[in-house]
Amino acid sequence: MPKEYKTPMLDELEKGPWPSFVKEIKLAAKNSPMSNDLLGLLERSYNERIGHWKHGGIVGVMGYGGGVIGRYVDVPEDFPNISHFHTIRINQPSGWFYTSDALRTLCNIWEKRGSGLTNMHGSTGDIVFLGTKTDELEPIFSELTEAGFDLGGSGSDVRTPSCCVGPGRCEWACYDTLKLCYDITMRYQDELHRPAFPYKWKFKMSGCPNDCVASIARADISIIGTWKDDIRVDAEEIKNYDKAGMDIFNDVVLNCPAKCMKYDAKAKAIEINNDDCRHCMHCINAMPKALRPGTDTGAVVLIGSKAPIVEGALLSSVLIPFINLDDEDEREDFFDLIEEIQDVWCEEGKARERVGEFIQRVGMGNFLEAIGVEPIPEMVAYPRDNPYVFYEDYYDDEEEDE
Amino acid sequence: MPGAMQERLTDIGPPNFEEFLPPVIKKNYGQWKYHEIPQKGVMVHVAESGDKIYSVRVGSPRLISIDTIRFYAEVADKYCDGYLRFTSRHNVEFLTTVEENVEKIKKEMEAYGNPVGGTGPGITSIVHTQGWVHCHSAATDASGIVKAVMDDLSEYFTSKDLPAKCRIALACCLNMCGAVHCSDIAILGVHRKPPTIDHNNVNKLCEIPSVSASCPTAAIRPSTVDGKPSVEVIQENCMFCANCYTVCPAMPLNDPEMDGVSIWVGGKVSNARSAPKFSKLAIPYLPNTPPRWPEVTEAVRTIVEVWADNARPYERIGEWIDRVGWPRFFKLTGFEFQKEHIDDFKHAGLSFNRTAQLTR
Repeated sequence: MPKEYKTPMLDELEKGPWPSFVKEIKLAAKNSPMSNDLLGLLERSYNERIGHWKHGGIVGVMGYGGGVIGRYVDVPEDFPNISHFHTIRINQPSGWFYTSDALRTLCNIWEKRGSGLTNMHGSTGDIVFLGTKTDELEPIFSELTEAGFDLGGSGSDVRTPSCCVGPGRCEWACYDTLKLCYDITMRYQDELHRPAFPYKWKFKMSGCPNDCVASIARADISIIGTWKDDIRVDAEEIKNYDKAGMDIFNDVVLNCPAKCMKYDAKAKAIEINNDDCRHCMHCINAMPKALRPGTDTGAVVLIGSKAPIVEGALLSSVLIPFINLDDEDEREDFFDLIEEIQDVWCEEGKARERVGEFIQRVGMGNFLEAIGVEPIPEMVAYPRDNPYVFYEDYYDDEEEDE
Repeated sequence: MPGAMQERLTDIGPPNFEEFLPPVIKKNYGQWKYHEIPQKGVMVHVAESGDKIYSVRVGSPRLISIDTIRFYAEVADKYCDGYLRFTSRHNVEFLTTVEENVEKIKKEMEAYGNPVGGTGPGITSIVHTQGWVHCHSAATDASGIVKAVMDDLSEYFTSKDLPAKCRIALACCLNMCGAVHCSDIAILGVHRKPPTIDHNNVNKLCEIPSVSASCPTAAIRPSTVDGKPSVEVIQENCMFCANCYTVCPAMPLNDPEMDGVSIWVGGKVSNARSAPKFSKLAIPYLPNTPPRWPEVTEAVRTIVEVWADNARPYERIGEWIDRVGWPRFFKLTGFEFQKEHIDDFKHAGLSFNRTAQLTR
C-alpha cells in the first residue's frame, strides 16, 4: 500500500475555477508511487516554504549528452520513490500538432515507465515527461524511438527549435514556420543531442511580427516573418468594420507607429503609404478581414536574445533584414551563415556565454567582420552617440609593415 | 552486445508534423484568408477555398497527468477526427470543421473543469516554470501561484474583455525559463541572501575558477578556508542571482524567510504598434505565502484593474504606462516607489528620466 499523505495546503489548490495541478498530481498518484511521493514532498515544501530538489547529476541515454535532466530529492529517506526523479525532454512535432493516437502512445510509455506526469509543454517547447528513475531511461528511449519520437535538447547544445502554428492555421504566416522548424531540427540532430557549444543555442520561428513564440525575447536566432510589397486591402470589408462600429480612425489609424495611414471618414476608405510602413501588424490585427500582409513574403533574422543570467537580459537585434526562406539558395546561404556564427562563437566564446553576450563583449562591428557580414543601418536603432571610436587604420598599417 | 549497438537507432528527430495535420489543414495549407472570434475561446479560420476550421481553445494547468491527456484524446476522437494541438502558452486547441461540435467540445471540457477561453483582448494561460515541483533553484513555487492568480482572474480568460492582450508569466528564479522578462505582468521568484558556502564540499563538487567566473558582479574569489581550497563571497557585491549556485551545488541560497516574489510590468514581445520591450520592476518583494499567495494575487489584480480602467483600446500595459508615465502608474496602483526600482547594474543611466517632460 502506498503511503497516504495528508495534504491540507495543496487541497486548498483544488478549489476555484482554474484547472488544478494538484488534481493532476493526485490522478497520477493513484497508479504511481512516484507521483504519490511527489504529493507528499510538495506539501512539505508548502509548509517549509523551500524546495527539496538537488542539482542534476549527469544522467542520460547512451550516445546522447542532452535530453534528460537529472533530478534527485534531498530527503530520499522520507520520499524513497522519488530518490531519482529525472525529467525527459521529448522533441515536439512542429506547431504542437498531434493525433489522438500519437498522444495515447506517449501516455502508454509514460504510464509504464514513469510518474504519469507531464508538461504539455515545457517552456522550450518540448513534451516534458516529469520524473523517472535512471534504470528506465534506456527503455523509454527505445520505446520512444519505436514510436517515432526522439529526445530534445538540454545543456550547452542546440535546444529543441520551436515555432508558431504558421501556415497550418494562420493567414498571417509569411513563411513556412512548421517546415523550417522541422528542417532545422533535422539538420542539427547531432548538435541537438551532443552538447559541444559554450552554452545553449535556441532557434525560434514566428510567421509574422506578432511573434507568438516570443522569439525576439529568448532565441539566439529569432526568425520573424515579414513582407516587402504592399499590405493587401479589401475596401468593402473596411466599410463593414465601420458599419459594425469600429472606430477606425482612433483605434487603427492613430495607433500606426509609422503614421503611414490616412482615413477618409466619408468614403470609409484608408490609404496606406507602404514605403513608410514598419510591418508592425497592428492594422492587420485589428481588421483581419480587410487587411492582409503582402504576397512577397519572407523573414527578418535577428540574433542574440536571452534571459538575465549571466550578464543581463537581451532582446535580439537585426542580422538579416529580409530573407526568402522558401528559396533553396537563400536557405543554404542562411545555414552557412548560422554555421559560421557557431564556429566563431565556439572558438572565441567563454563558457556559459550566450552568443548575444559574446557580441556585447567583442562588439557587434567586430562580430560582423568575423562572420563576414557587412554592417547596414537596419542593424542599429541609431548610430553610436559616443566618440570613443576604435579607428583601426593605424593598427592595419602596422600589420602591413610586418 | 556490439550487434545491439549497431542496431540502436538514434537521431531520428521528431515526427514530421505533416503526419498530424487534419485533412482540412493539409488541403488549405498556407491558403488561409482571415479569421474571426465568434465567442471567447473559439476561432474560425476561413480559407481562400471557402473551407472553415473551428478551434476551441481550452486552458490547462500545464502540469497534466496522462489521465487528462487521454481525456483530451477521447474528446478529439469524438469531435475532431482525432486531431488537436497545443499552443505556445500550453492551452490545448480542438480542431474541427463541424460548427455544431464547438458547443459540444466546450460542454465536455467545462464539465471536466477545463475552461474555454483565452482568445482576443484578455488574459490567456500563464507561461510558467517548475517551481518546488521539480527545480533546485526555485525561490518560490510556480504552479501554486499560477493557480491562485488564474482562479482570481479567470473571468478575463472565459468572458470579460480587457483593453488589449495581457500576457502574464511566472519564473521561479532569475534563470527565467520562458520569456518572463518581456511580459505584460511578470511574477519572478527572487532570493535575497548571499549563498551559504559549504567549504567542505566546494572543491569536491565544483571547479573553483568556473565558480569565480560565474558571478556577474565579480563578488566571488578563490580562497583557502581551514586549509581547504574554496571560495569567498564579497557579500555587499552579491545581488542574489544564484548563478554561482547553478554552477556549484555547494553554494545554496534558498531560504524560507528571505526568498519570495517580485512583480514586473509593461513588457511585450509582439511588434504591433510599439517595439518589443522588457518588463520593468513594479514591486521588489512580496513574501512566499503558500498555498494561495494572497499578496501576489492582489498585486496582479490591482495592475490589471488599474490598466483596464485607464487604458485606451489596444493599449498594452507597457504602452499605457509609456503614455501616462511611471509616476501615474505608481500613484494609481498605490505601489510604493523604492530605492530598488532605480537600476544600478550596467547602463543604468539609460533608465533615468532624461527630459523635463513631466505630467502633473
